[in-house]
Amino acid sequence: MTSLPDLVCPAGSLPALKAAVDNGADAVYLGFKNDTNARNFAGLNFDQKTMADGIRYAHAKGREVLLAINTFPQAGRVADWQKAVDAAVDQGVDAIILADIGLLDYARNKHPQQRLHLSVQGSATSYEAINFCQREFDIRRAVLPRVLTLAQVENVIKNTTVEIEVFGFGSLCVMNEGRCWLSSYACGESPNTVGACSPAKYVKWDKKPGAMETRLNGVLIDRFGDDEPAGYPTLCKGRFEVQGETYYALEEPTSLNVLSILPDILKIGVRAIKVEGRQRSPTYVTQVTRTLRAALDALRDGSDRFHVKPAWQAELAKVSEGSQATLGAYNRPWR
Amino acid sequence: MNGSFTIPKFRLPGFIAEIGQKLPQWPHALALVAGLNAALKMKLLPESELALLEDKLFRVRILDTGGEASYTYRNGLFRPIFSPQREPDLAFAANLSAYLQLLTRQEDPDTLFFNRELEITGDTELGLIVKNMLDAVEWPSFAEKLPLFRH
Repeated sequence: MTSLPDLVCPAGSLPALKAAVDNGADAVYLGFKNDTNARNFAGLNFDQKTMADGIRYAHAKGREVLLAINTFPQAGRVADWQKAVDAAVDQGVDAIILADIGLLDYARNKHPQQRLHLSVQGSATSYEAINFCQREFDIRRAVLPRVLTLAQVENVIKNTTVEIEVFGFGSLCVMNEGRCWLSSYACGESPNTVGACSPAKYVKWDKKPGAMETRLNGVLIDRFGDDEPAGYPTLCKGRFEVQGETYYALEEPTSLNVLSILPDILKIGVRAIKVEGRQRSPTYVTQVTRTLRAALDALRDGSDRFHVKPAWQAELAKVSEGSQATLGAYNRPWR
Repeated sequence: MNGSFTIPKFRLPGFIAEIGQKLPQWPHALALVAGLNAALKMKLLPESELALLEDKLFRVRILDTGGEASYTYRNGLFRPIFSPQREPDLAFAANLSAYLQLLTRQEDPDTLFFNRELEITGDTELGLIVKNMLDAVEWPSFAEKLPLFRH
């Protein structure tokens, strides 16, 4: 039997956490109800009690709980992020996912026994960067930004003893991970500063006869016809007029979906596959977790016989942003 | 979902909405508010987020039945508003099947919204608060025993 990568699924609420565990996630990742994590949306995330309940539930079924503290401490408020690290240790999470080097240093010195992962927001795309974090902060795992080809991921794995986690499913963005301030251009707030991209308080959906307009802090991001699928108004996924033509000038809304290359991911020694979407509902978590679980279990029987079932693709297509999927950078012909 | 009960996407015939719009709307508001207050009483809704709903006006419209209900949250209770004097802070509009799929957690609210099967207008942040609040509710196990909630 081949050893499978861990399936790491998102939890924005206790029901989502339970849905992930019940549908076959090996680990769930979550965040506190504040701006120490990059999904700091109203009503989302965990307080001390729900986190304790969640950890108990996951551990009772032998699954891991990973806590993301993946934003960057803001000037004058570094102590808030340090307190979050201390609180995570007190709660007894299996690992803390950190992006900021100063915070990694704090966590390692203050809590020498705590398992630490390098967040995708840490933006480490080379084995040199990852090995540096291993040497300095003893990180156990690194989550790779979604900009590498499969061959590049393999090269990283060959040159490090740090476990490598890659994204398997979820919405894609411009992937300037850990360094994106695009949302701030329109509203002064972005994931790395306040923990939310295009915060909802700046978003307006305007229904007009025959069309719906969507604005971010007054900036027109897109206009949808009545039967056209809509998207959340982030600057990177807007349709803009450029030299007389209106189109997705930066990128088209799309979801990453690695089902078709799962055997390759297994072969090169990826340790964990991550699903994006802590801001999504327990229903999304159920649908995506059980589909990827079924695919991974099918791989266990031998990757030569693996084929992607149409039902899996249909289930994932339903919840994909923009209702379309891509292999992203994994199969990019250029470097 | 174990396949035991699936709510299909459907749309009731147009005449139902025409009749429905002519019927009094207060029973919808009363039924909805009674349900919400029952959830309050069972402490299913988180108090920290409830405070953010204070005095906001909500409207739920079921397009293919012609039914509509407006309500607000004030001093710890949801209250029906029978003749709203202003535009709601947050309004939902969808066919009955979409609401049923949402309530049974068969479909993801984002998926319904982005596929234009669920219309949400008004204060987007308030919408997000309500969505996340409902997502965080742990429905009691008796609900799962009812055919409607089994999925």
